[in-house]
Amino acid sequence: MYGWTGQIIRVNLTAGTIKKEALPVSDLHNYIGARGLGSKIIFDEIDPQVDPLSPDNKLIFMTGPLTGTLATSGGRYNVITKGPLTGTIAASNSGGSFGPEIKFAGYDGIIFEGKSPEPVYLWINNDTVELRSAADLWGKTVIETTDFIKENVDDDARVAAIGPAGENLVKFANILNDYNRAAGRTGVGAVMGSKNLKAVAVRGTLGVKVADQEGFFAAINDARAKLKAHPVTGAGLGAFGTNILVNIINEHGTLPVKNFSEAAVFPAAEKISGEWQAEHNLVRNKGCFGCSIGCGRVTKNHGKYKGIGEGPEYEATWGFGSDLYIDDFEAISKANFLCNEYGLDSITMATTLACATELTEKGFIPRDKSNLSWGNAEAMLPKIRKTALREGFGDELAEGSYRLAEMYGHPELSMSVKKQELPAYDPRGQHGIGLNYATSNRGGCHVRGYMTSPEVLGIPVKTDPDNPAEAPELLKIFQDLTAVVDSAGLCLFTTFGIGLPEIAAQYRTATGVDISDEELLLAGERIWNLERLFNLKAGFSKADDTLPDRLLNEPMKGGPHEGRTVQLSAMLPVYYSLRGWDEEGVPSEAKKQDLGL
Amino acid sequence: MDRILVVQPEKCTSCRTCELTCSFTKTGEMNPELARISVLTYEKVGLAVPMICQQCGVPACMLICPVGAITKNTATGAMEVHDSKCIGCKMCTIACPFGAIHYHVATNLVSKCDLCFGDPACVKLCPSGAISFVEANAGSIAKRKTFAAKFKNLFEEVG
Repeated sequence: MYGWTGQIIRVNLTAGTIKKEALPVSDLHNYIGARGLGSKIIFDEIDPQVDPLSPDNKLIFMTGPLTGTLATSGGRYNVITKGPLTGTIAASNSGGSFGPEIKFAGYDGIIFEGKSPEPVYLWINNDTVELRSAADLWGKTVIETTDFIKENVDDDARVAAIGPAGENLVKFANILNDYNRAAGRTGVGAVMGSKNLKAVAVRGTLGVKVADQEGFFAAINDARAKLKAHPVTGAGLGAFGTNILVNIINEHGTLPVKNFSEAAVFPAAEKISGEWQAEHNLVRNKGCFGCSIGCGRVTKNHGKYKGIGEGPEYEATWGFGSDLYIDDFEAISKANFLCNEYGLDSITMATTLACATELTEKGFIPRDKSNLSWGNAEAMLPKIRKTALREGFGDELAEGSYRLAEMYGHPELSMSVKKQELPAYDPRGQHGIGLNYATSNRGGCHVRGYMTSPEVLGIPVKTDPDNPAEAPELLKIFQDLTAVVDSAGLCLFTTFGIGLPEIAAQYRTATGVDISDEELLLAGERIWNLERLFNLKAGFSKADDTLPDRLLNEPMKGGPHEGRTVQLSAMLPVYYSLRGWDEEGVPSEAKKQDLGL
Repeated sequence: MDRILVVQPEKCTSCRTCELTCSFTKTGEMNPELARISVLTYEKVGLAVPMICQQCGVPACMLICPVGAITKNTATGAMEVHDSKCIGCKMCTIACPFGAIHYHVATNLVSKCDLCFGDPACVKLCPSGAISFVEANAGSIAKRKTFAAKFKNLFEEVG
């Protein structure tokens, strides 16, 4: 088989058994891999009503057909499960070298079922696959766990692990591989913790073969040349990382400030920008496996938060920065290091702290419980460890902003959709991103349909961010294409510089599957609809396709989009109709038939 | 020998594109294990070092080979392995101070960088310019210039 290996590992943690299985070829062709294939397995094998942290949920690590190849930024894998933060289907995506190593060991992915009676980790060394005791690793940070396995098992092993946050079932715990790359959102780390699974370590020495060697090499060279020539993927992201967005989004007037409560313009943006980071803290650029963009940052703190690590990326910088009104870049960087050590999603950690700060400032959380205040890094930083360990007030923060705000009687102050926190774009100045937040299949998220690209950056075309009429059609295409990119094993950032034709050419030549560009995009639409069907069965409905009241009814207080709210009701029916869904957002029988669902 | 491979760890992003390019070009599959180049990463200090055959002036691999299976290509300056002569004794892997020669159990043969006969594939796809194929002393001259520029800047500041 080309591209795919055609083989997966199924681990029953309750019984301690390991099986190797062949994947149905029709599923590979219809759902591509990674996010799509994992979602198909979750859809087929678990009850959508299941408690995400019960042994009946499953946790899937899955690569795509282009993972581990020379395809553009083709180093990614997904973790797919039912997410504990949202209760929706959840796919969380990560780079580094871990995903490719699964392929090099001879597998497309791993399915974990049940719950181990004792803490364990999975060791894969080509044909050898075994569960090993993680008794000595329980309680350890991601760095300590990764070090232990590399020192005691195999220095060349690639490790994905949870930190204490995952063990303690923090609702937004993540999984980190290669020390610093995160399957970050939706709380996949808590599912791993609930299964008593501390880590997955892999060593592989086999290769990935492609169907048409000459055609594939031509396709990857063409796509790589386009990425190199594009100002975002060939220059901007390399020079300043994702933090290049801080000044751009701030100038656009959609950089949220103080839990989205003020005008989305941060006066001290320059001090938390990618330009600032490059001048003061950048050690070098870091690329994930096979990546020509190299947006990753190796960052060094020099002052009182001394240390070295990776990031912070734009989202963490915004979250711990302008959303908390903090302008000390090294404090932000420290917060990000701590999230990586303890295994927390930096977006939800930061935004839950922002929600808690607003609840505290308004007197809803008593001062003897929370000392948080705007711009107070010293009060914020210790909360990260306490959240991971569920100590004191940290035990409440560990539930995420929605459950926290609800506990104190003000759920409307949680800036979340389907209980997952919104990222770094205020939709009152970006209608498309607003519609994307409302309809994302994994709750509040920017990387399901990154409408900032057309609305702010003008890629592939410039749209009017204040005009709700321009959003739905483009968003549908973005969401479907993103599902293709995630499922193939590529990085979403490549789509700044290349599009469907370049992605399809790489896919076709690698796998040998004779499929048109349109048919490949249709696979993305199939994946999107499958995720939607899962969520409907899990109990979600049109009522959940919404935004926090603040964004719908409180006009923006200043900046370029002053006075605006999100016109969601003008966009949602159009979007449903474009998708072939009924007025309640349910895929029609005709649409399901078209997609073979 | 006009040109040599120069590796600059300070530019390397550890993406390992070179490993894939090398194995794909040489074997038709993408497999870092079969690559003649390896990127060694030290995550906690933020450093990555691509390691590859240095095509030594006194090539220990060639000198130790008991059957003359390694010869120097005078046009490219590369030491090349001739599979038809190789007896799989692995002496060259022992003699090489950099571990730049790989022994393959399945074929009982060794492999090493041959500079792609004068047009190294890894150089062309390295996205950060961490590997270059340049005039023999271009690398060290570039380093001298970079360092000298620091003196120039210092001179401007205090002068």
